Amino acid sequence: MGQPITVTVNGEQRSAEVEPRLLLVHFLRETLRLTGTHIGCDTTHCGACTVLLDGTPVKSCTMFAVQADGQQVTTVEALAAGGTLHPIQAAFKQEHGLQCGFCTPGMMLTSVALLEEKKDPTDEDIRWALSGNICRCTGYMNIVKAVKSAAATMNAQAAVPAAAAAVRS
Amino acid sequence: MLPAPFEYHAPRTIDEALDLLDQFGDEGKVLAGGQSLIPLLKLRFASPGHLVDINKIKELDFIEERDGTLRIGPLFRHKAAERSSLLTSRYQVMADAAPQIADPIIRNRGTIAGSVAHADPSGDWGSVLLAMDADLVLRSKRGSRTVKARDFFSGPFSTALEPTEILSEIRIPAAKAMTGGAYLKLERKVGDFATVAVAVHLQMDDGKVGSAGIGLTAVGPQNLKAEKAEATLKGARLDDAAIKEAAALAAEAADPKADQRGSVEYKRNVVRVFTERGLKRAYERARGGG
Repeated sequence: MGQPITVTVNGEQRSAEVEPRLLLVHFLRETLRLTGTHIGCDTTHCGACTVLLDGTPVKSCTMFAVQADGQQVTTVEALAAGGTLHPIQAAFKQEHGLQCGFCTPGMMLTSVALLEEKKDPTDEDIRWALSGNICRCTGYMNIVKAVKSAAATMNAQAAVPAAAAAVRS
Repeated sequence: MLPAPFEYHAPRTIDEALDLLDQFGDEGKVLAGGQSLIPLLKLRFASPGHLVDINKIKELDFIEERDGTLRIGPLFRHKAAERSSLLTSRYQVMADAAPQIADPIIRNRGTIAGSVAHADPSGDWGSVLLAMDADLVLRSKRGSRTVKARDFFSGPFSTALEPTEILSEIRIPAAKAMTGGAYLKLERKVGDFATVAVAVHLQMDDGKVGSAGIGLTAVGPQNLKAEKAEATLKGARLDDAAIKEAAALAAEAADPKADQRGSVEYKRNVVRVFTERGLKRAYERARGGG
């Protein structure tokens, strides 16, 4: 019954034998014990279970683990590195971009993908990009603020090495 | 929610996929983007014995204009449609519809062909293809056949597609000069299924309507083609009277049901208003505006 798969999760190759009907979100939470990815509606609406598949946001409740075989999955656990929060995490904290926090992992991963593509998104860009992630605490104002603030931080961080390189050359 | 058990297959070529479907018959089901199929499996509204996942067959992800035809492959995703400069510049009805499908995360996975094969009467692409007079290529191990979009849909979630077939290509007549389109959708909130939506694809010819295509979403047991409205426009000057007449005929063609999204009268009226607006917008775009 089991099908062998190898998925690169947060940079680490993880192999397991899984039933084909096992959803990616259950593989992450139960097989790998990465419980940062949340199950919200379980009906493809809310975006709480969003992870990045080869860098692209997908709803992990609407994909089978076997489909991720040979691919890269990024979960919220990968955002902080070496005890330092990712700028998106720091910004959500600073701007009060969460109340209960349930939607936050999905919100942050979708935001990270947005900021990969658009360095300086407008409010409209952010709201549009996050329209598949639902926050029932209705905290959208501060979520948008947090994404803008993270964009500013990331742009400033990117500018420092660029400026240093310019001085050197 | 856990689907019923199934066997999973991830073929690398279309021939391999067709072999599998031929072998499984009624027990086989094609998995493309999965954004409608997987929720159905989870609710156990469907429980096929075998899923044939076509996502590893990369050559099925294409869009190209060739020999007077726009061709779209079964793995061409909503997101790619949303970003296609070809669609924005020449096929505005598709460019309009793409960003209105579900939400951005679903659009990253879902495919146009999968949505058409799923045939939800509230789905958007069916109406778009009806307006564009698309042909659908249905391929099985035993050969392929071409079905007009208008003959493809046969009821709610029902189509001409056999279980052994893949919707292997969508073919749309290439846009000529003076072509314009629009997709207008009314939804209760962003990402919702349509309360009502109207697709318009218009080609002008020497100041008159060469051809007009009008597709209706969520106002019948399947996506509808407003054929009487289309016929009255053919060869006509697109003045206010012609637009009003076509819009009235489109509203008549609609066969909506009352539900929490609106009454029958309301939905019919939205069809009328959207057909008017859609024709005007398509006309402006055909003339190089909007």
